[in-house]
Amino acid sequence: MITFLANPKRFLDFSNAISPWLAGLAAVLLGTGFYWALFATPPDYQQGQTVKIMFVHVPAAYMGIMIFGVMAAASLMGLVFRHPLADVGAKTAAPLGAAFTALALLTGSLWGRPMWGTYWQWGDARLVSELILLFIYLGYIALWNAIDDPVRAAKAAAILCLVGAADLPIIHFSVDWWNTLHQSASIIRLGGPTIDRSFLIPLFIMMAGYTALFGWLWLIRMQTEIFERRARSLMMAKGA
Amino acid sequence: MADFFAMGGYAGFVWPAYIITVIVLIAAIVVSVQAHNSARRSVQRLEEDSGENGESQT
Repeated sequence: MITFLANPKRFLDFSNAISPWLAGLAAVLLGTGFYWALFATPPDYQQGQTVKIMFVHVPAAYMGIMIFGVMAAASLMGLVFRHPLADVGAKTAAPLGAAFTALALLTGSLWGRPMWGTYWQWGDARLVSELILLFIYLGYIALWNAIDDPVRAAKAAAILCLVGAADLPIIHFSVDWWNTLHQSASIIRLGGPTIDRSFLIPLFIMMAGYTALFGWLWLIRMQTEIFERRARSLMMAKGA
Repeated sequence: MADFFAMGGYAGFVWPAYIITVIVLIAAIVVSVQAHNSARRSVQRLEEDSGENGESQT
């Protein structure tokens, strides 16, 4: 599968074929998810209506971590197999991951104010490790922009990505290692989720919708990068 | 309806969270699609140009 897609032409054909389906899937899931979350969920017995923020917060946080994991895998493949498509994949996913991470921080702080009494707390390990993830994303994007040669840029960025991936388990386990403000895991935990089904189903629909949206945008951003590289080489050929 | 917008007194937190989310998701779509279209057009233009040049040279 991976070696099959490693050819840019085949990748373009493949992504052209599936990207309209992903876009449609994202539209249906997000439409359903937003409607369900806003109109068809009850208030929580402790959080009242602020529980509605969970439906946009948790999927954003999940995407921020998942995308960085995907980038780390692509970076490793780029380093080992030296294939440009793996580098393109990691590079083009980063701005999307940064956007989701920023959303997780913003929506989390809007929930934190009424429920914890504060928008932000530097002493909380989950909050700070998530902010560090945003900075790693921004550093990664800046590194790509700082180096002109795409081969060298890819190598440096891949190393930064693999080192930065150490933050991912810290984010996940921060709520157990340091029992501070952010509550413990209630979805991905041993023994199954502890959230009521009336919240869990719309939450999963939103997570699936965010994932489909990312998949669609990632494919078209990879295509964009391939087009830009092709345009650059055509211009150089013309100039020569 | 007014009850719904009041969000049990948390309107000032729930609505901004949803509005920011929708803005960022739409912006990500718009930016990605626009960049895609312009990159595709510039490759097409360059390929047509080089095709014409190739023909005139032979």
